[in-house]
Amino acid sequence: MTVFLQFLFSGLTVGSVYALIGMGFNIIYNATSIINLAQGEFVVIGGLLMWFFLESCNVPFFAAIGLSILSAGLIGLIMERLTIRPLRTNDLLVMTMVTIAVSIVMRGLLMFKFGKEPYSYAAFTEGDPLVIGGAVIQLQTFWVLGITAACILGLYAFFNLTMVGKAMRACSFDPTAASLVGIPVSRMIMFSFILSAVVGAVGGAAITPISLMEYDKGPMLAVKGFCAAIMGGLGRGRGAIVGGLTIGILESMTAGYLHSGLKDAVALVILLAILFFRPAGMFGNTTMQRLKGH
Amino acid sequence: MLKLKNIDVFYGKIHAIKHVSLHVDEGSIVALIGANGAGKSTLLRTISGLHRSEQGSVIFSESDITRKAPEEIVRLGISHVPERGHVFKPMTVEDNLLLGAYHRSARSGRSAVRDEMEHVYTIFPVLGQRRRQLAGTLSGGEQQMLAIGRALMAKPRMLLLDEPSMGLAPLIVREILGMIAQLRKTLGLTVLLVEQNARSALRIADSGYVLETGRVLVQGTAEDLLANRDVQRAYLGRDAE
Repeated sequence: MTVFLQFLFSGLTVGSVYALIGMGFNIIYNATSIINLAQGEFVVIGGLLMWFFLESCNVPFFAAIGLSILSAGLIGLIMERLTIRPLRTNDLLVMTMVTIAVSIVMRGLLMFKFGKEPYSYAAFTEGDPLVIGGAVIQLQTFWVLGITAACILGLYAFFNLTMVGKAMRACSFDPTAASLVGIPVSRMIMFSFILSAVVGAVGGAAITPISLMEYDKGPMLAVKGFCAAIMGGLGRGRGAIVGGLTIGILESMTAGYLHSGLKDAVALVILLAILFFRPAGMFGNTTMQRLKGH
Repeated sequence: MLKLKNIDVFYGKIHAIKHVSLHVDEGSIVALIGANGAGKSTLLRTISGLHRSEQGSVIFSESDITRKAPEEIVRLGISHVPERGHVFKPMTVEDNLLLGAYHRSARSGRSAVRDEMEHVYTIFPVLGQRRRQLAGTLSGGEQQMLAIGRALMAKPRMLLLDEPSMGLAPLIVREILGMIAQLRKTLGLTVLLVEQNARSALRIADSGYVLETGRVLVQGTAEDLLANRDVQRAYLGRDAE
Protein backbone atom coordinates (compact mmCIF):
# COMPACT_ATOMS: atom_id res chain seq x y z
CA MET A 1 0.00 0.00 0.00
CA THR A 2 2.83 2.36 0.91
CA VAL A 3 4.56 1.65 -2.36
CA PHE A 4 1.31 2.10 -4.23
CA LEU A 5 0.75 5.50 -2.65
CA GLN A 6 4.30 6.48 -3.46
CA PHE A 7 3.77 5.59 -7.12
CA LEU A 8 0.41 7.29 -7.14
CA PHE A 9 1.81 10.60 -5.92
CA SER A 10 4.75 10.57 -8.29
CA GLY A 11 2.31 9.70 -11.08
CA LEU A 12 0.04 12.60 -10.18
CA THR A 13 3.01 14.95 -10.20
CA VAL A 14 4.31 14.14 -13.67
CA GLY A 15 0.71 13.69 -14.77
CA SER A 16 -0.13 17.28 -13.91
CA VAL A 17 2.73 18.48 -16.07
CA TYR A 18 1.42 16.32 -18.94
CA ALA A 19 -1.98 17.88 -18.32
CA LEU A 20 -0.49 21.37 -18.58
CA ILE A 21 1.26 20.44 -21.83
CA GLY A 22 -1.97 18.92 -23.11
CA MET A 23 -3.81 22.14 -22.31
CA GLY A 24 -1.09 24.06 -24.12
CA PHE A 25 -1.77 21.93 -27.20
CA ASN A 26 -5.48 22.59 -26.85
CA ILE A 27 -5.13 26.35 -26.55
CA ILE A 28 -3.27 26.66 -29.85
CA TYR A 29 -5.31 23.93 -31.52
CA ASN A 30 -8.54 25.66 -30.59
CA ALA A 31 -7.42 29.01 -31.92
CA THR A 32 -5.71 27.80 -35.10
CA SER A 33 -6.22 24.02 -35.59
CA ILE A 34 -2.42 23.74 -35.56
CA ILE A 35 -0.72 21.01 -33.52
CA ASN A 36 2.20 22.90 -32.02
CA LEU A 37 4.92 20.30 -31.69
CA ALA A 38 7.22 22.81 -30.01
CA GLN A 39 4.99 22.58 -26.94
CA GLY A 40 7.50 20.44 -25.04
CA GLU A 41 10.21 23.05 -25.59
CA PHE A 42 8.10 25.62 -23.76
CA VAL A 43 8.29 23.37 -20.69
CA VAL A 44 12.06 22.98 -21.01
CA ILE A 45 12.39 26.73 -21.48
CA GLY A 46 10.37 27.29 -18.29
CA GLY A 47 12.64 25.05 -16.24
CA LEU A 48 15.92 26.26 -17.68
CA LEU A 49 15.01 29.95 -17.56
CA MET A 50 13.93 29.57 -13.95
CA TRP A 51 17.35 28.05 -13.20
CA PHE A 52 19.03 30.84 -15.14
CA PHE A 53 17.29 33.62 -13.21
CA LEU A 54 17.54 31.93 -9.81
CA GLU A 55 21.01 30.43 -9.83
CA SER A 56 22.87 32.32 -12.50
CA CYS A 57 21.49 35.84 -11.99
CA ASN A 58 20.61 35.39 -8.30
CA VAL A 59 17.25 37.04 -8.75
CA PRO A 60 14.82 36.57 -5.82
CA PHE A 61 12.31 33.75 -6.16
CA PHE A 62 9.16 35.65 -7.10
CA ALA A 63 11.00 37.90 -9.52
CA ALA A 64 12.54 34.81 -11.11
CA ILE A 65 9.09 33.27 -11.62
CA GLY A 66 7.80 36.51 -13.07
CA LEU A 67 10.76 36.87 -15.41
CA SER A 68 10.52 33.24 -16.55
CA ILE A 69 6.82 33.61 -17.35
CA LEU A 70 7.43 36.89 -19.12
CA SER A 71 10.27 35.50 -21.21
CA ALA A 72 8.32 32.38 -22.10
CA GLY A 73 5.38 34.50 -23.22
CA LEU A 74 7.74 36.59 -25.30
CA ILE A 75 9.18 33.45 -26.90
CA GLY A 76 5.64 32.30 -27.75
CA LEU A 77 4.94 35.70 -29.29
CA ILE A 78 8.16 35.68 -31.32
CA MET A 79 7.46 32.16 -32.52
CA GLU A 80 4.03 33.18 -33.82
CA ARG A 81 5.27 36.41 -35.40
CA LEU A 82 8.31 34.84 -37.09
CA THR A 83 6.85 31.55 -38.27
CA ILE A 84 3.08 31.22 -38.26
CA ARG A 85 2.10 34.78 -39.24
CA PRO A 86 4.41 35.24 -42.25
CA LEU A 87 3.39 31.88 -43.70
CA ARG A 88 -0.10 33.11 -44.54
CA THR A 89 -1.14 29.63 -45.53
CA ASN A 90 -4.14 27.59 -44.59
CA ASP A 91 -2.24 24.36 -44.98
CA LEU A 92 -2.27 22.87 -41.50
CA LEU A 93 0.30 20.25 -42.40
CA VAL A 94 2.77 22.93 -43.45
CA MET A 95 2.20 24.89 -40.25
CA THR A 96 2.56 21.79 -38.09
CA MET A 97 5.82 20.98 -39.88
CA VAL A 98 7.00 24.49 -39.15
CA THR A 99 6.42 23.93 -35.43
CA ILE A 100 8.69 20.87 -35.66
CA ALA A 101 11.35 23.08 -37.22
CA VAL A 102 10.88 25.62 -34.45
CA SER A 103 11.29 22.92 -31.82
CA ILE A 104 14.57 21.79 -33.42
CA VAL A 105 15.88 25.36 -33.52
CA MET A 106 14.83 25.95 -29.92
CA ARG A 107 16.59 22.76 -28.82
CA GLY A 108 19.73 23.86 -30.63
CA LEU A 109 19.70 27.26 -28.96
CA LEU A 110 19.03 25.74 -25.55
CA MET A 111 21.97 23.38 -26.00
CA PHE A 112 24.20 26.31 -26.96
CA LYS A 113 23.25 28.23 -23.87
CA PHE A 114 22.89 25.48 -21.27
CA GLY A 115 24.89 22.54 -22.59
CA LYS A 116 23.79 18.95 -22.26
CA GLU A 117 23.79 18.50 -18.50
CA PRO A 118 20.60 18.37 -16.43
CA TYR A 119 19.69 21.35 -14.25
CA SER A 120 17.87 21.67 -10.98
CA TYR A 121 17.30 24.16 -8.21
CA ALA A 122 15.95 24.10 -4.69
CA ALA A 123 12.30 23.33 -4.08
CA PHE A 124 10.01 26.39 -3.80
CA THR A 125 9.66 25.93 -0.04
CA GLU A 126 12.10 24.34 2.36
CA GLY A 127 10.97 21.71 4.80
CA ASP A 128 10.82 18.02 5.50
CA PRO A 129 8.82 15.83 3.21
CA LEU A 130 5.37 14.80 4.36
CA VAL A 131 4.66 11.18 5.18
CA ILE A 132 1.17 10.07 4.17
CA GLY A 133 0.30 6.42 4.75
CA GLY A 134 3.97 5.59 4.74
CA ALA A 135 4.63 7.29 1.40
CA VAL A 136 7.18 10.09 1.43
CA ILE A 137 5.98 13.15 -0.43
CA GLN A 138 8.22 16.10 -1.15
CA LEU A 139 6.76 19.52 -0.56
CA GLN A 140 7.46 20.46 -4.19
CA THR A 141 4.88 17.86 -5.20
CA PHE A 142 2.22 20.02 -3.59
CA TRP A 143 3.55 23.03 -5.44
CA VAL A 144 3.25 21.18 -8.75
CA LEU A 145 -0.29 20.03 -7.97
CA GLY A 146 -1.31 23.44 -6.66
CA ILE A 147 0.12 25.31 -9.62
CA THR A 148 -1.56 22.94 -12.04
CA ALA A 149 -4.88 23.41 -10.29
CA ALA A 150 -4.41 27.17 -10.36
CA CYS A 151 -3.62 27.08 -14.10
CA ILE A 152 -6.68 24.95 -14.77
CA LEU A 153 -8.99 27.26 -12.85
CA GLY A 154 -7.37 30.33 -14.35
CA LEU A 155 -7.74 29.06 -17.90
CA TYR A 156 -11.30 27.96 -17.27
CA ALA A 157 -12.21 31.38 -15.95
CA PHE A 158 -10.37 33.09 -18.78
CA PHE A 159 -12.09 31.15 -21.57
CA ASN A 160 -15.57 31.15 -20.06
CA LEU A 161 -15.91 34.38 -18.15
CA THR A 162 -13.79 37.03 -19.86
CA MET A 163 -14.60 38.76 -23.11
CA VAL A 164 -11.14 38.13 -24.57
CA GLY A 165 -11.33 34.44 -23.65
CA LYS A 166 -14.74 34.08 -25.26
CA ALA A 167 -13.47 35.94 -28.30
CA MET A 168 -10.58 33.47 -28.59
CA ARG A 169 -13.03 30.58 -28.54
CA ALA A 170 -15.19 32.33 -31.11
CA CYS A 171 -12.17 32.57 -33.44
CA SER A 172 -11.72 28.84 -33.23
CA PHE A 173 -15.36 28.13 -34.05
CA ASP A 174 -15.75 30.58 -36.91
CA PRO A 175 -12.93 32.95 -37.81
CA THR A 176 -14.97 34.74 -40.48
CA ALA A 177 -17.84 35.52 -38.15
CA ALA A 178 -15.35 36.49 -35.45
CA SER A 179 -13.72 39.13 -37.62
CA LEU A 180 -17.16 40.39 -38.69
CA VAL A 181 -18.09 41.15 -35.08
CA GLY A 182 -14.83 43.05 -34.68
CA ILE A 183 -12.56 40.45 -33.09
CA PRO A 184 -8.98 40.87 -34.36
CA VAL A 185 -8.43 37.22 -35.27
CA SER A 186 -4.69 37.42 -35.89
CA ARG A 187 -4.12 39.02 -32.51
CA MET A 188 -6.11 36.22 -30.87
CA ILE A 189 -3.86 33.65 -32.57
CA MET A 190 -0.86 35.49 -31.18
CA PHE A 191 -2.42 35.45 -27.70
CA SER A 192 -2.95 31.72 -27.98
CA PHE A 193 0.78 31.16 -28.57
CA ILE A 194 1.69 33.41 -25.65
CA LEU A 195 -0.77 31.70 -23.33
CA SER A 196 0.29 28.26 -24.39
CA ALA A 197 3.98 29.08 -23.89
CA VAL A 198 3.26 30.48 -20.44
CA VAL A 199 1.26 27.44 -19.34
CA GLY A 200 4.03 25.12 -20.53
CA ALA A 201 6.76 27.16 -18.90
CA VAL A 202 4.94 27.30 -15.57
CA GLY A 203 4.76 23.51 -15.59
CA GLY A 204 8.46 23.30 -16.42
CA ALA A 205 9.46 25.69 -13.67
CA ALA A 206 7.44 23.73 -11.11
CA ILE A 207 8.63 20.23 -12.05
CA THR A 208 12.37 20.94 -12.46
CA PRO A 209 13.26 20.66 -8.72
CA ILE A 210 11.72 17.16 -8.74
CA SER A 211 12.65 15.66 -12.06
CA LEU A 212 15.53 17.86 -13.36
CA MET A 213 15.49 19.57 -16.74
CA GLU A 214 17.76 19.27 -19.73
CA TYR A 215 17.74 20.79 -23.20
CA ASP A 216 16.37 17.75 -25.05
CA LYS A 217 13.49 16.76 -22.81
CA GLY A 218 10.98 18.60 -25.03
CA PRO A 219 10.01 15.98 -27.61
CA MET A 220 9.21 13.27 -25.07
CA LEU A 221 7.20 15.75 -22.99
CA ALA A 222 5.38 16.87 -26.13
CA VAL A 223 4.49 13.27 -26.99
CA LYS A 224 3.08 12.66 -23.52
CA GLY A 225 1.20 15.93 -23.47
CA PHE A 226 -0.15 15.28 -26.95
CA CYS A 227 -1.28 11.87 -25.79
CA ALA A 228 -3.04 13.52 -22.85
CA ALA A 229 -4.79 15.95 -25.19
CA ILE A 230 -5.81 13.18 -27.62
CA MET A 231 -7.03 10.98 -24.80
CA GLY A 232 -9.36 13.67 -23.57
CA GLY A 233 -10.42 14.61 -27.09
CA LEU A 234 -8.31 17.25 -28.82
CA GLY A 235 -9.41 20.77 -27.93
CA ARG A 236 -11.29 19.81 -24.77
CA GLY A 237 -9.78 21.44 -21.68
CA ARG A 238 -11.10 19.06 -19.06
CA GLY A 239 -10.16 16.09 -21.22
CA ALA A 240 -6.47 17.00 -21.18
CA ILE A 241 -6.48 17.09 -17.38
CA VAL A 242 -7.95 13.62 -17.00
CA GLY A 243 -5.75 12.36 -19.85
CA GLY A 244 -2.57 13.82 -18.35
CA LEU A 245 -3.19 12.46 -14.86
CA THR A 246 -4.15 9.03 -16.20
CA ILE A 247 -1.00 8.79 -18.27
CA GLY A 248 1.15 10.02 -15.39
CA ILE A 249 -0.26 7.45 -12.98
CA LEU A 250 -0.12 4.55 -15.43
CA GLU A 251 3.43 5.48 -16.31
CA SER A 252 4.54 5.60 -12.71
CA MET A 253 2.80 2.29 -11.90
CA THR A 254 4.38 0.63 -14.93
CA ALA A 255 7.81 1.91 -13.98
CA GLY A 256 7.34 0.79 -10.39
CA TYR A 257 5.65 -2.58 -10.73
CA LEU A 258 6.87 -3.75 -14.14
CA HIS A 259 10.05 -2.19 -15.41
CA SER A 260 11.27 1.39 -15.56
CA GLY A 261 12.35 0.87 -19.17
CA LEU A 262 8.70 0.50 -20.18
CA LYS A 263 7.77 3.89 -18.75
CA ASP A 264 7.89 5.86 -21.98
CA ALA A 265 6.10 3.15 -23.91
CA VAL A 266 2.93 3.59 -21.86
CA ALA A 267 1.94 6.91 -23.39
CA LEU A 268 2.62 5.66 -26.90
CA VAL A 269 0.59 2.49 -26.40
CA ILE A 270 -2.29 4.57 -25.05
CA LEU A 271 -1.96 6.99 -27.95
CA LEU A 272 -2.17 4.17 -30.50
CA ALA A 273 -5.04 2.48 -28.72
CA ILE A 274 -7.03 5.71 -28.65
CA LEU A 275 -6.36 6.52 -32.26
CA PHE A 276 -7.49 3.01 -33.21
CA PHE A 277 -10.56 2.70 -31.06
CA ARG A 278 -11.74 6.12 -29.92
CA PRO A 279 -10.32 8.79 -32.20
CA ALA A 280 -12.64 11.43 -30.70
CA GLY A 281 -11.08 10.81 -27.27
CA MET A 282 -12.37 8.94 -24.24
CA PHE A 283 -14.97 11.60 -23.64
CA GLY A 284 -15.62 12.34 -27.30
CA ASN A 285 -18.92 14.07 -27.41
CA THR A 286 -20.48 13.78 -30.81
CA THR A 287 -22.97 16.61 -30.33
CA MET A 288 -20.20 19.07 -29.53
CA GLN A 289 -18.09 17.73 -32.37
CA ARG A 290 -20.96 18.25 -34.77
CA LEU A 291 -21.60 21.81 -33.60
CA LYS A 292 -17.93 22.67 -34.02
CA GLY A 293 -17.84 21.19 -37.50
CA HIS A 294 -20.42 23.72 -38.66
CA MET B 1 -24.26 56.88 -46.87
CA LEU B 2 -22.45 54.09 -48.72
CA LYS B 3 -20.91 54.58 -52.14
CA LEU B 4 -19.11 52.04 -54.26
CA LYS B 5 -17.16 53.44 -57.17
CA ASN B 6 -16.01 51.18 -60.00
CA ILE B 7 -15.24 48.18 -57.85
CA ASP B 8 -13.31 45.28 -59.37
CA VAL B 9 -12.83 42.09 -57.40
CA PHE B 10 -11.02 38.91 -58.37
CA TYR B 11 -11.37 35.45 -56.87
CA GLY B 12 -8.04 34.05 -57.93
CA LYS B 13 -8.28 34.50 -61.70
CA ILE B 14 -12.03 34.86 -61.81
CA HIS B 15 -13.19 38.42 -62.35
CA ALA B 16 -16.06 38.25 -59.88
CA ILE B 17 -17.08 41.93 -59.76
CA LYS B 18 -16.67 44.14 -62.81
CA HIS B 19 -16.74 47.94 -62.43
CA VAL B 20 -19.65 47.95 -60.04
CA SER B 21 -20.84 51.30 -58.73
CA LEU B 22 -23.67 51.54 -56.28
CA HIS B 23 -24.99 53.82 -53.64
CA VAL B 24 -27.16 53.42 -50.61
CA ASP B 25 -28.87 56.45 -49.08
CA GLU B 26 -29.04 56.88 -45.34
CA GLY B 27 -32.10 55.20 -43.85
CA SER B 28 -33.01 53.27 -46.98
CA ILE B 29 -33.28 49.59 -47.77
CA VAL B 30 -31.51 48.65 -50.98
CA ALA B 31 -31.95 45.18 -52.44
CA LEU B 32 -29.21 43.49 -54.39
CA ILE B 33 -30.74 40.75 -56.48
CA GLY B 34 -29.43 38.30 -59.01
CA ALA B 35 -28.86 34.65 -59.69
CA ASN B 36 -26.46 32.35 -57.91
CA GLY B 37 -22.88 33.33 -58.67
CA ALA B 38 -23.75 36.84 -59.84
CA GLY B 39 -21.34 38.27 -57.28
CA LYS B 40 -23.80 39.50 -54.66
CA SER B 41 -22.08 37.90 -51.69
CA THR B 42 -18.66 38.88 -52.99
CA LEU B 43 -19.80 42.48 -53.13
CA LEU B 44 -20.93 42.38 -49.50
CA ARG B 45 -17.67 40.69 -48.48
CA THR B 46 -15.77 43.46 -50.24
CA ILE B 47 -17.68 46.16 -48.37
CA SER B 48 -17.10 44.53 -44.98
CA GLY B 49 -13.41 44.03 -45.68
CA LEU B 50 -13.31 40.23 -45.97
CA HIS B 51 -12.23 40.70 -49.59
CA ARG B 52 -9.98 43.29 -51.14
CA SER B 53 -11.00 45.04 -54.34
CA GLU B 54 -8.34 45.40 -57.01
CA GLN B 55 -9.65 48.75 -58.10
CA GLY B 56 -12.22 51.30 -57.14
CA SER B 57 -13.22 52.63 -53.77
CA VAL B 58 -15.73 52.05 -51.02
CA ILE B 59 -16.83 55.22 -49.25
CA PHE B 60 -18.83 55.03 -46.04
CA SER B 61 -20.18 58.32 -44.68
CA GLU B 62 -17.43 60.39 -46.27
CA SER B 63 -14.52 58.12 -45.27
CA ASP B 64 -12.67 55.73 -47.51
CA ILE B 65 -12.90 52.17 -46.15
CA THR B 66 -11.58 50.37 -49.23
CA ARG B 67 -8.45 48.96 -47.61
CA LYS B 68 -9.64 48.65 -44.04
CA ALA B 69 -9.74 45.36 -42.10
CA PRO B 70 -13.13 43.85 -41.17
CA GLU B 71 -12.70 44.63 -37.48
CA GLU B 72 -12.13 48.32 -38.28
CA ILE B 73 -15.14 48.46 -40.56
CA VAL B 74 -17.43 47.08 -37.83
CA ARG B 75 -16.13 49.81 -35.57
CA LEU B 76 -17.10 52.45 -38.14
CA GLY B 77 -20.70 51.23 -38.09
CA ILE B 78 -21.22 48.57 -40.76
CA SER B 79 -22.32 45.14 -39.54
CA HIS B 80 -22.31 42.26 -41.97
CA VAL B 81 -24.62 39.29 -41.37
CA PRO B 82 -23.06 36.58 -43.55
CA GLU B 83 -24.90 33.94 -45.50
CA ARG B 84 -26.44 31.26 -43.22
CA GLY B 85 -25.75 33.50 -40.23
CA HIS B 86 -22.47 31.97 -39.10
CA VAL B 87 -23.43 32.00 -35.44
CA PHE B 88 -20.90 30.58 -32.97
CA LYS B 89 -22.63 27.22 -32.70
CA PRO B 90 -20.96 25.72 -29.62
CA MET B 91 -21.60 28.89 -27.59
CA THR B 92 -24.76 30.02 -25.87
CA VAL B 93 -27.17 32.50 -27.43
CA GLU B 94 -26.15 34.99 -24.75
CA ASP B 95 -22.42 34.63 -25.47
CA ASN B 96 -23.09 35.05 -29.18
CA LEU B 97 -24.82 38.35 -28.50
CA LEU B 98 -22.12 39.42 -26.07
CA LEU B 99 -19.44 38.85 -28.69
CA GLY B 100 -21.46 40.96 -31.09
CA ALA B 101 -20.59 43.90 -28.83
CA TYR B 102 -16.90 42.91 -28.77
CA HIS B 103 -15.55 46.05 -30.36
CA ARG B 104 -17.34 48.39 -28.00
CA SER B 105 -17.36 46.31 -24.80
CA ALA B 106 -14.22 47.99 -23.49
CA ARG B 107 -15.53 51.49 -24.10
CA SER B 108 -19.24 51.41 -23.42
CA GLY B 109 -19.11 49.21 -20.32
CA ARG B 110 -21.02 46.21 -19.09
CA SER B 111 -24.36 47.82 -18.34
CA ALA B 112 -24.68 49.42 -21.78
CA VAL B 113 -24.02 46.03 -23.36
CA ARG B 114 -26.59 44.42 -21.04
CA ASP B 115 -29.17 47.03 -22.02
CA GLU B 116 -28.50 46.41 -25.66
CA MET B 117 -28.88 42.69 -25.10
CA GLU B 118 -32.28 43.20 -23.47
CA HIS B 119 -33.21 45.35 -26.45
CA VAL B 120 -32.32 42.53 -28.83
CA TYR B 121 -34.42 40.17 -26.70
CA THR B 122 -37.40 42.47 -27.08
CA ILE B 123 -36.94 42.52 -30.84
CA PHE B 124 -36.50 38.73 -31.00
CA PRO B 125 -38.32 37.33 -27.93
CA VAL B 126 -37.51 33.76 -28.96
CA LEU B 127 -33.80 34.49 -28.37
CA GLY B 128 -34.62 35.64 -24.85
CA GLN B 129 -36.36 32.35 -24.14
CA ARG B 130 -33.33 30.46 -25.37
CA ARG B 131 -30.54 32.58 -23.98
CA ARG B 132 -28.79 29.68 -22.23
CA GLN B 133 -29.15 27.29 -25.16
CA LEU B 134 -26.23 26.54 -27.50
CA ALA B 135 -26.65 28.47 -30.72
CA GLY B 136 -26.12 25.36 -32.84
CA THR B 137 -29.23 23.78 -31.37
CA LEU B 138 -31.51 26.58 -32.61
CA SER B 139 -33.63 26.19 -35.72
CA GLY B 140 -32.47 27.79 -38.96
CA GLY B 141 -34.79 30.77 -38.54
CA GLU B 142 -33.72 31.30 -34.96
CA GLN B 143 -30.06 31.14 -35.95
CA GLN B 144 -30.74 33.79 -38.57
CA MET B 145 -32.43 35.97 -35.93
CA LEU B 146 -29.46 35.41 -33.63
CA ALA B 147 -27.08 36.44 -36.40
CA ILE B 148 -29.04 39.64 -36.94
CA GLY B 149 -29.26 40.21 -33.20
CA ARG B 150 -25.51 39.71 -32.87
CA ALA B 151 -24.95 42.25 -35.63
CA LEU B 152 -27.25 44.74 -33.86
CA MET B 153 -25.18 44.38 -30.68
CA ALA B 154 -22.43 46.30 -32.46
CA LYS B 155 -24.83 49.26 -32.70
CA PRO B 156 -24.34 49.60 -36.44
CA ARG B 157 -25.61 52.41 -38.59
CA MET B 158 -25.76 50.08 -41.56
CA LEU B 159 -26.56 46.38 -41.92
CA LEU B 160 -25.33 44.17 -44.74
CA LEU B 161 -27.62 41.16 -44.93
CA ASP B 162 -26.61 38.18 -47.04
CA GLU B 163 -29.59 36.02 -47.99
CA PRO B 164 -31.41 36.06 -44.67
CA SER B 165 -34.09 33.87 -46.22
CA MET B 166 -31.78 31.06 -47.29
CA GLY B 167 -33.17 27.65 -46.46
CA LEU B 168 -36.05 29.01 -44.43
CA ALA B 169 -39.76 28.30 -44.69
CA PRO B 170 -41.79 31.02 -46.46
CA LEU B 171 -43.59 32.03 -43.28
CA ILE B 172 -40.31 32.59 -41.43
CA VAL B 173 -38.87 34.45 -44.41
CA ARG B 174 -41.81 36.84 -44.25
CA GLU B 175 -41.32 37.27 -40.51
CA ILE B 176 -37.61 38.02 -40.85
CA LEU B 177 -38.04 40.45 -43.74
CA GLY B 178 -40.83 42.15 -41.79
CA MET B 179 -38.44 42.58 -38.89
CA ILE B 180 -35.83 44.12 -41.14
CA ALA B 181 -38.36 46.68 -42.39
CA GLN B 182 -39.29 47.32 -38.76
CA LEU B 183 -35.66 47.82 -37.72
CA ARG B 184 -35.17 50.42 -40.40
CA LYS B 185 -38.19 52.28 -39.08
CA THR B 186 -37.40 52.10 -35.36
CA LEU B 187 -33.60 52.32 -35.37
CA GLY B 188 -33.15 54.33 -38.54
CA LEU B 189 -30.89 51.59 -39.89
CA THR B 190 -29.63 51.62 -43.44
CA VAL B 191 -29.82 48.19 -45.04
CA LEU B 192 -28.15 46.57 -48.02
CA LEU B 193 -30.02 43.34 -48.58
CA VAL B 194 -28.79 40.52 -50.81
CA GLU B 195 -31.52 38.15 -51.88
CA GLN B 196 -32.26 35.46 -54.40
CA ASN B 197 -35.83 35.72 -53.30
CA ALA B 198 -36.18 38.89 -55.37
CA ARG B 199 -39.87 39.56 -54.97
CA SER B 200 -39.83 39.46 -51.17
CA ALA B 201 -36.73 41.61 -51.08
CA LEU B 202 -38.11 44.26 -53.42
CA ARG B 203 -41.34 44.44 -51.40
CA ILE B 204 -39.50 45.88 -48.41
CA ALA B 205 -36.81 47.75 -50.36
CA ASP B 206 -36.80 51.34 -51.59
CA SER B 207 -34.56 50.63 -54.52
CA GLY B 208 -32.61 47.79 -56.01
CA TYR B 209 -29.79 46.66 -58.21
CA VAL B 210 -29.84 43.59 -60.41
CA LEU B 211 -26.46 41.94 -60.66
CA GLU B 212 -25.54 39.52 -63.42
CA THR B 213 -22.13 37.85 -63.76
CA GLY B 214 -20.46 40.58 -61.76
CA ARG B 215 -22.07 43.57 -63.51
CA VAL B 216 -24.97 45.81 -62.66
CA LEU B 217 -27.63 44.96 -65.20
CA VAL B 218 -30.50 47.20 -64.10
CA GLN B 219 -31.01 49.58 -61.24
CA GLY B 220 -33.97 51.56 -60.09
CA THR B 221 -36.64 52.03 -57.50
CA ALA B 222 -38.23 48.91 -56.09
CA GLU B 223 -41.52 49.63 -57.91
CA ASP B 224 -39.77 50.10 -61.23
CA LEU B 225 -37.87 46.86 -60.84
CA LEU B 226 -41.00 44.96 -59.84
CA ALA B 227 -42.69 46.32 -62.94
CA ASN B 228 -39.72 45.83 -65.26
CA ARG B 229 -40.50 43.07 -67.76
CA ASP B 230 -36.93 41.81 -68.05
CA VAL B 231 -36.57 41.64 -64.32
CA GLN B 232 -39.92 39.91 -64.03
CA ARG B 233 -38.97 37.30 -66.58
CA ALA B 234 -35.52 36.59 -65.21
CA TYR B 235 -35.88 37.02 -61.47
CA LEU B 236 -39.48 37.16 -60.42
CA GLY B 237 -40.48 33.94 -62.09
CA ARG B 238 -43.31 35.46 -64.02
CA ASP B 239 -43.69 35.25 -67.78
CA ALA B 240 -44.55 38.54 -69.36
CA GLU B 241 -47.52 37.80 -71.51
